[in-house]
Amino acid sequence: MKKNSWFVTIATTLGFAFLYIPIISLIIFSFNKSKLVTVWAGFSTKWYAKLLNDPQILGAAWISLKIAFLSASLALILGTLGALVLVRFRRFHGKSLLSGMITAPLVMPDVIIGLSLLLLFVGMEAMFGWPAGRGLTTIVIAHTTFCMAYVAVVVQSRLVDMDESLEEAALDLGAKPTRVFFDITLPVIAPALVSGWLLSFTLSLDDLVIASFVSGPGASTLPMVIFSKVRLGVSPDINALATIIIVVVAIGVVIASTQMKPKKVS
Amino acid sequence: MSKTNGISIGRRIFNRIGTYGRSLVIGVPLWWLIIFFLIPFAVVFKISFAESLIARPPYSKLLEWKDGLMVLKLHLSNYGYLIDDDLYILAYWSSIKVAFFSTLIALLIAYPMAYYIARTTERRRGVLLMLIILPFWTSFLLRVYAWIGILKTNGIINNVLMSLGITSEPIVMMQTNFAVYVGIVYTYLPFMILPLFTNLVKLDNSLLEASADLGASPITTFFKVTLPLSMPGMIAGSMLVFIPVVGEFVIPALLGGPDTLMIGKVLWNEFFSNRDWPVASAVAIVMLVLLIVPIVLMRNAQQASAGASS
Repeated sequence: MKKNSWFVTIATTLGFAFLYIPIISLIIFSFNKSKLVTVWAGFSTKWYAKLLNDPQILGAAWISLKIAFLSASLALILGTLGALVLVRFRRFHGKSLLSGMITAPLVMPDVIIGLSLLLLFVGMEAMFGWPAGRGLTTIVIAHTTFCMAYVAVVVQSRLVDMDESLEEAALDLGAKPTRVFFDITLPVIAPALVSGWLLSFTLSLDDLVIASFVSGPGASTLPMVIFSKVRLGVSPDINALATIIIVVVAIGVVIASTQMKPKKVS
Repeated sequence: MSKTNGISIGRRIFNRIGTYGRSLVIGVPLWWLIIFFLIPFAVVFKISFAESLIARPPYSKLLEWKDGLMVLKLHLSNYGYLIDDDLYILAYWSSIKVAFFSTLIALLIAYPMAYYIARTTERRRGVLLMLIILPFWTSFLLRVYAWIGILKTNGIINNVLMSLGITSEPIVMMQTNFAVYVGIVYTYLPFMILPLFTNLVKLDNSLLEASADLGASPITTFFKVTLPLSMPGMIAGSMLVFIPVVGEFVIPALLGGPDTLMIGKVLWNEFFSNRDWPVASAVAIVMLVLLIVPIVLMRNAQQASAGASS
């Protein structure tokens, strides 16, 4: 371990300042009395009260939470299956296709995913009559598709690190593959499953572009409502909303990192 | 893969679960992606050859029955339109330019940070990594929104500058390309830091010591040893920034001005404002073609790093 030079230390400090100044400013001005977001006029929590009485925001938040829960859970199942198959099975039909497709949504621009899925849904509706119209279902399908990529990557790296002799021993003792999976593989990869699910949940909660394409009337997600408000200008109740999200996330991340540290399952 | 008795665990499970179980385990994720990821691209490709109509859905059919014959009607006009109208070529060019320079700036900012985190004490490393990941978990839209309050004419930067007497007039930063660069570098920085960190943390210290023992200065060591060895991390991070930034919509829409041309915004407007689905599809297809090279580069870098770690 060599000491970092002063140049690297200063650059890192500035980098962290760059990452955190916007977040800190969001939080500070959410407690501002004035409607002008950037001029301090005294402490107030009135924007929080306003936020909690805004039916449009609350309704959209509820829709977004439902979508995020469903997509994260579906993505967890599909992404874990994909990762298991890719890591554990040597060769099968479509392996290179699967491995190519599973990570591609990670980098694919949102506008392309959104447009292509919308055109698919419109085409499917014309051909099979399903999905009838667009809304919650279509958003969940779209979010599942890009979230499963994240789950697959997280689970894959955990599976690669996993000691296979445990599964080996269970098989030798005559356990069925499903039993091996539920009694051994699953508990070992559980931390990866938790972080994969949480990651999917936040990504779904955060998505504006894809949801805008595949959503229909009556299914406005929280980012869609925020975006239309923000386009009209800054408003302190959005700062209040941001502060609530940041605090919840920060608590979650701190708890997760302290919970996962002590027991290092190899 | 461990092989206690010559057969990998995967093979053994593979053999035991039977054809039905196998096709179920493999088929579910595979078919989901074929239906909801692969086929949609084919649909976009198809519709990029259709004609825009005022109908539901607003495009023409490619295959039609005429006098008992099946007629295939391909309209190349959408692509012709992209070439004829300067707007599109300029938008592609400026998207690639913005993506290139923001990737470069992000790399310059991220490198010392990743380097510092990789070489600091274990305890501090955990905290710093958490601080890098934390913003990534909070709403992307709201973090972009935060910059509006900082950059606008009566925003935080101008208030500070004017109260210190550095400028008398507010500097216009919002709705400029400068704001777009700030927003992009800010949001995509963690994507650059994390792969760089993963790469730098694996760097063998004995190589650096050997280089120093042979009389190389720290700067020579950095450029001759550390930098070349961190190439896979740099490529992976750069692609994770470059590819999505080319199609970025939210940042130019919120922080950029009317003259900020980016192809993601053009596609959005084609679709939502002009309701011209075929042209929007053609825009998407050309964007995909432009992105194929960086996507292949990224896959190779990923495979190289996966091969090196196992």
